[in-house]
Amino acid sequence: MTEEAASASAVPRPVAATERSAALARANARRTRRNMVADTAMAVASGAALLLVLAILAVILVDILRNGTSRLSWAFLTEAPREGMTAGGIFPAIVGMVEMVILMTLAGVPVGVATAVYLHEYASSVSPITRAIRIAVANLAGVPSIVFGLFGLGFFVQFLGAGIDKLFFGGEKIYGQPALIWAALTMAVLTLPVVIVATEEALRAVPRELREASLALGATKLQTVMHVVVPQAAPGILTGTILAVSRGAGEVAPILFTGAAYFLPLLPKHLWSQFMSPSYHVYVLSTQSPDVDATKPILYATVLVLLLLTFALNIAAVVVRARMRRRLPGGVG
Amino acid sequence: MTAANGVAKPEPETKVKVRDLTVFYGQKKAVGPVTMDIVGQHVTALIGPSGCGKSTFLRSLNRMNELIPGCRVEGDVRLDGDPIYGQGIDPVAVRRRIGMVFQRSNPFPKSILENVAYGLRIGGVSDSREISARVERALSQAALWEEVKDRLNDSALGLSGGQQQRLCIARALAVEPEVLLMDEPASALDPIATAHIEELINELSENYTVVIVTHNMQQAARVADYTAFFYLGELVEFDRTDVLFTKPSDSRTEDYITGRFG
Repeated sequence: MTEEAASASAVPRPVAATERSAALARANARRTRRNMVADTAMAVASGAALLLVLAILAVILVDILRNGTSRLSWAFLTEAPREGMTAGGIFPAIVGMVEMVILMTLAGVPVGVATAVYLHEYASSVSPITRAIRIAVANLAGVPSIVFGLFGLGFFVQFLGAGIDKLFFGGEKIYGQPALIWAALTMAVLTLPVVIVATEEALRAVPRELREASLALGATKLQTVMHVVVPQAAPGILTGTILAVSRGAGEVAPILFTGAAYFLPLLPKHLWSQFMSPSYHVYVLSTQSPDVDATKPILYATVLVLLLLTFALNIAAVVVRARMRRRLPGGVG
Repeated sequence: MTAANGVAKPEPETKVKVRDLTVFYGQKKAVGPVTMDIVGQHVTALIGPSGCGKSTFLRSLNRMNELIPGCRVEGDVRLDGDPIYGQGIDPVAVRRRIGMVFQRSNPFPKSILENVAYGLRIGGVSDSREISARVERALSQAALWEEVKDRLNDSALGLSGGQQQRLCIARALAVEPEVLLMDEPASALDPIATAHIEELINELSENYTVVIVTHNMQQAARVADYTAFFYLGELVEFDRTDVLFTKPSDSRTEDYITGRFG
């Protein structure tokens, strides 16, 4: 209550009461001033933090754009590197990344979606096994990517690949070395938690009424999941997939030992070919270049391409989700 | 006896026989023990104040309660003599014979056609001529065919609330159940849409056994041939609607229908 309001409503009151209310109003005013100071301080602090984040992003983007755009051209996107990577483009790397990402999606998304469906639709939410699986998935998301790279080398290349060679090819080294397929599978394992978490989130958003409608029509649980629940969750699953793809496109460590090549003039022909990838290309150019000055513009342009591809995928995720949500009102993807 | 629509019907036969049905949520008893004979090709209304167990009872008639964790059912329910809760009885088979319409209309985010065809497709009907014939029949029975016949491929979510609820009724009818359970099917609808649904329920009782939960006593009086009054998880009284509303034998029923509580 302000002082004016207090005195206006307190005309017939005794003097003591008026004084009390005046003191109250002063205390209120003090408190309000204190609150305002706290509010302002909080706003300034959080605003400064926001500015810091934006500034870092701006510095990165400005630096890359200024140094990268000059080298960027159609030829850069469609030519192979030449002359010890001091000339030419990054076409094999782009193709390699696309192939790796497609294989990764084909291998990882079905497993991730199936896991999420099991966890959310079938597993008892109170059983210790379910909780253990959830903890495992959360931990999987926290494992450093270089560990995935080493896991891929040990499990896929040296165990699976060499095992296949021993069984079917008499020990000849075909699968038992770094390859597109092993890199893609390693990356699939790395991105599994992204898919699982996004899918579970989407399944949770499917209204109970729709499940009941289906079951009341005599549908089995499996039919309900396949025909009602998963289609309704599709936007969320797709978003998770695209995020996994954009994560996979940018990672270096998992493909370092499992399939990425330093330099390949030709495109990968088989699942067991090695491949180039923009992310690994950036790593190679910045650490092992024979001529630093000559490769620097190429390095910047490669980073720019990588960033643009990742941004494009993220924007695609947002657009797809928005469009599918419009098509399916009532279900939040 | 005469039905609410005034047409004489053959001698009523018990369609669903309920004996000492008790439903628990965890350790807590929700409703029961209920013993009741639901008459075939008539409308039975379940009335009572909120939380009296009428919806729980309804949902235990086609084993929809099982979807709620911690729910346990005791007692015996028989559909034409076949036990519903017997050992080895598949709830999916039960729900094909006893359909259900919910309080909030819940059409799938699919086309009108696909909504009604859903139960047929999952039941293994794949012949498209048969599907379209049965979809038309179900939509006609639900008094919706004339309104939607030119836009069967439009999304069901574009329909009005009352149309959506009739679509849900059509969807339930398409699989040709013997019994139709309705859980406050008109409570979310405006008076005109409600009148549509009530008219429809009267027509449906020609061919189906209808059990409807309602908290609207006028609605029970209008649509039901038989009425059961539930109070505090107990079946207090079950009789022909005209008897229950004019000469209730239990004082609690009288108090409720005269508006003294609830």
